[in-house]
Amino acid sequence: MFPLQHFLYLGALLFSVGLIIVITKRNAIMVLLGIELMLNASNVNLVAFNQLNPSALDGQFFALFVIIVAVSEAAVGLALVLRVYHDYKTSVPDELNELKD
Amino acid sequence: MNLLNFIFYFLESVAALSAVSMIFIRNVFYGALLLITCLIALAGLYVLAFAEFIAVTQILIYAGGILVVIIFGIMLTSKISGKPLVVEHANLFSGTLAGLSFLGLLIYFLSAQKFNVFSTAKPLPEASLHTFGIELMSDFILPFEIAGILLLIALIGAAVISSSIKSKKV
Repeated sequence: MFPLQHFLYLGALLFSVGLIIVITKRNAIMVLLGIELMLNASNVNLVAFNQLNPSALDGQFFALFVIIVAVSEAAVGLALVLRVYHDYKTSVPDELNELKD
Repeated sequence: MNLLNFIFYFLESVAALSAVSMIFIRNVFYGALLLITCLIALAGLYVLAFAEFIAVTQILIYAGGILVVIIFGIMLTSKISGKPLVVEHANLFSGTLAGLSFLGLLIYFLSAQKFNVFSTAKPLPEASLHTFGIELMSDFILPFEIAGILLLIALIGAAVISSSIKSKKV
């Protein structure tokens, strides 16, 4: 079995990179990519901790449901981005400052 | 075991490098490709962590589904002017400060922890996938059904949100 700490360090790095991308990028699609990265960082931790008790598959089930939620989030998020681009002609989240047109 | 160690550290460094270079990239298309590189390297790591089903699901869903959807989104929201979509940065100082301090905090607490690893406990390789299916249909049947309903709701919601205005006015 590979050392558990390395999985956890990788998960921490991926989560921090996702956080930086979500805060700094001025594009809605790039923000969605950052959120995907953060969800996968949590998956790394779940799969890594599942190694401690391999007869029970709880961590892997949790990772599976996280993947399902990530898919739903990506689909609805990209539909929202397309809709906003169609209505406001921009994909920069900072420029969306009114509720109705 | 030496080869396995090499593959483990290679996949880990590929995932980390592609994720970090996503910060510095300015083209959204390259960002999507780097994300897929990172996720496929993570799928390899899941195989090494005895989670074969999660690895296959990761490749199927991300490389087959989310990559196509994201590239469609990039191409539909880029200007027609022909030049590539360039992303500008905002809040650089605060974002980097938040991310790096969070990373430092996590590494500080993780390096202080000692997780006791039962090195003798090996998973049953021939029964892993079998057990996965049995568990999914017995103990985890309620989350499984709720996940199905969630996917249906997300599908309908995405279709409703992205339908155009003109068809609504007719």
